[in-house]
Amino acid sequence: MAKVRTYLDHAASSPLRPEALEAMLEYLAGHVGNPSGAHTEARLSRIALDDARDRLAELLGVAPGEVVLTSGGTEADDLAVHGAWDALASSSAPPRALVCTAMEHHAVLRACRALARRTGAELREVRPGKDGLVDLDALAEACTAEVGLVSVMAVNNEIGTVQPLDAVAATVRDRSPDAVLHTDAVQAAPWLDVARVTALADLVAVSAHKFGGPKGSGALVVRDGTGLRPRIDGGGQERGRRSGTPNVAGAAGMAAALAATVVDREATVSRVAALRDRLGDGLVATVAGTTETADRDDRVAGILHLRFAGIEAEALVVLLDEAGVAVSAGAACSSGAVEPSHVLEAMGLEAADARSGIRFSLGATTTSAEIEHALAAVPDAVERLRD
Amino acid sequence: MRVLVAMSGGVDSSVAAALLAEAHGPDTVVGATLKLWGGTSDSGCCSVADVDDARRVADHLGLVHHVFNFASDFEEYVVDPYVRGHAEGRTPNPCIECNRHLKFDRLLERARDLGFDAVATGHHARRSVDDAGHYRLQRGADSKKDQSYVLAMLGQGQLARCLFPVGELTKDQVRAEAVRLGLRTAAKPDSQDVCFIRSDEGKSGFLSRRMDLHPGRLVDHRTGDDLGQVAAVELVTVGQRRGMGHGRDGRRRFVTAVDVPARQVTVGPPEASVADGVCLDTPTWVDGPPRLDASGAFAALAQCSAHGPSLPCRVRPAGGELAVTFDVPQRRVAPGQTVALYDPDRPGDVLGSGVVR
Repeated sequence: MAKVRTYLDHAASSPLRPEALEAMLEYLAGHVGNPSGAHTEARLSRIALDDARDRLAELLGVAPGEVVLTSGGTEADDLAVHGAWDALASSSAPPRALVCTAMEHHAVLRACRALARRTGAELREVRPGKDGLVDLDALAEACTAEVGLVSVMAVNNEIGTVQPLDAVAATVRDRSPDAVLHTDAVQAAPWLDVARVTALADLVAVSAHKFGGPKGSGALVVRDGTGLRPRIDGGGQERGRRSGTPNVAGAAGMAAALAATVVDREATVSRVAALRDRLGDGLVATVAGTTETADRDDRVAGILHLRFAGIEAEALVVLLDEAGVAVSAGAACSSGAVEPSHVLEAMGLEAADARSGIRFSLGATTTSAEIEHALAAVPDAVERLRD
Repeated sequence: MRVLVAMSGGVDSSVAAALLAEAHGPDTVVGATLKLWGGTSDSGCCSVADVDDARRVADHLGLVHHVFNFASDFEEYVVDPYVRGHAEGRTPNPCIECNRHLKFDRLLERARDLGFDAVATGHHARRSVDDAGHYRLQRGADSKKDQSYVLAMLGQGQLARCLFPVGELTKDQVRAEAVRLGLRTAAKPDSQDVCFIRSDEGKSGFLSRRMDLHPGRLVDHRTGDDLGQVAAVELVTVGQRRGMGHGRDGRRRFVTAVDVPARQVTVGPPEASVADGVCLDTPTWVDGPPRLDASGAFAALAQCSAHGPSLPCRVRPAGGELAVTFDVPQRRVAPGQTVALYDPDRPGDVLGSGVVR
């Protein structure tokens, strides 16, 4: 194993920011109280939790009561899809169909499919175009009056494309006026102003560890007026929307990480975009048969998705790991195997082409030395596989 | 030397990895588990629990561990032909096709791509090199667990890059090693049956989801008399006696032929269930075809199933096929099954293999 490590898998999980660690330590080591209690210890934990919620709400452009803390992005997406649908289902005019894009993260895609199986609702999966952006005409066609829920991600997790949410929201409000609009903003939060997303959607999911917070902490923004049935019944925490003792340290860490992300976002985005372009330009120039997936103008700064003709990404990931470079190929399944990418498949790529895709994802801590390391390691590894 | 160990999550491959790590050091050994099957299964190497076992054994030994997703190749080279074979009235051996196309082709290729010198597996078989530098494939030390039959299709090119570290051990010794090394898989039961078929639905349930099954007529092999019906002609195997009933003389009946297009299963008494020989296609040789005697044949020992007996025979190659004549007539072998041929002068040595036409 190479000694020098270059970590280019920030979209999977980004290192904990020092501000987040500091905010968490106090509640991991110092405070004992359950925030639901009636004594001083409980009150101190309650204050920490509410401070974190206030801070998150402000950064997300919503009211504190609109923030439901969860165990992460997946739980937030699951709560949004099932919770919003179940609230609508008990209304006087229950919906019959739901819509999502075929390039959603599995947290949304599989929640929608499970919902369709559970309720008999019709799921309409809208395919993206070859550009990795949701096809607005197809979306408009899918959005009919009987649609109760629409879920469109803000940024795709594999290829980094920023979806046209303004147009998506306008389409949904126009064609499916009764529908709830959910947006998975997990990959948007490190790079874009999530307040712009919460202004458009009724439900918005974020995950702390994608922007330097701890793993196991996330939030679902539930805009006022949006009905939500809980998925976990119990003590009625989070205003009855998500029971279970809150993760106080996690919430404090998430809020501190998002605050730090927002403070230096502008500088980080321009610096990381320059590093990303350098890596993309360099590899396209030095490795024959390299294709960059999706237009750079359509993507967040941190994600570079490349396809290397004739290469199996699964093998390339192993060789790069041995060379000290951590990257990923598609989504990992429960066994740890690389699954064929449903995103690339939905975009219409051939199976062999889709299997040749590697995601390089950069973060706030990425250095130019790391980019140099990758620029040296990737051509070597590809050449070995093509021998 | 860098070695990639195929780790299924079972005790044999766990110990294979451990022995290599002890001999060569953990830095030169990497574990790999193949994800072969996308569907549900309750045994074999593809359940998440088995992958977890393989990963935790690798962790315990200090080995890097990878999971390789070969599911589409497994579908193409093992599962689809298995289903197609049954649709044609054949009975393929999926474990052998998996070894042929996945473990000793796809994985060997992947290992070479990643800079490994060899692939090791937990098979009970032995590989050695003779004075001339030729590789030999021999039965494992534990005759009851010997797996040379399922490796009989290997040739020099593959054997040059294969290791079978537990081939010198008995199963009891393997388990004792696992205990000595503190491996969590030490007491894990041996895997049984076909890994992609769930025990609750069985072969018939699996095949019925993938193909149309048809009822067929049961007829007498000699007279052609109609003897009744079978529920699914595709699920009947040549040589089978279960479900075939008894003749008028009270003796058991055996399947002598299966004709799927005609929806017909032919049965006969025990003496009709034997054959003088069998014809093989897809011949393979461990080290080239044996020298033929003046009659254009060579003597061999044939093994017709995973743990079947060694049957003395003569083999005559002709037109890309092998005509095998048993010294004593034997129970018919179903089309699609593999016959492994061993050297009568060195009875533990595999000569080659073929698939029953």
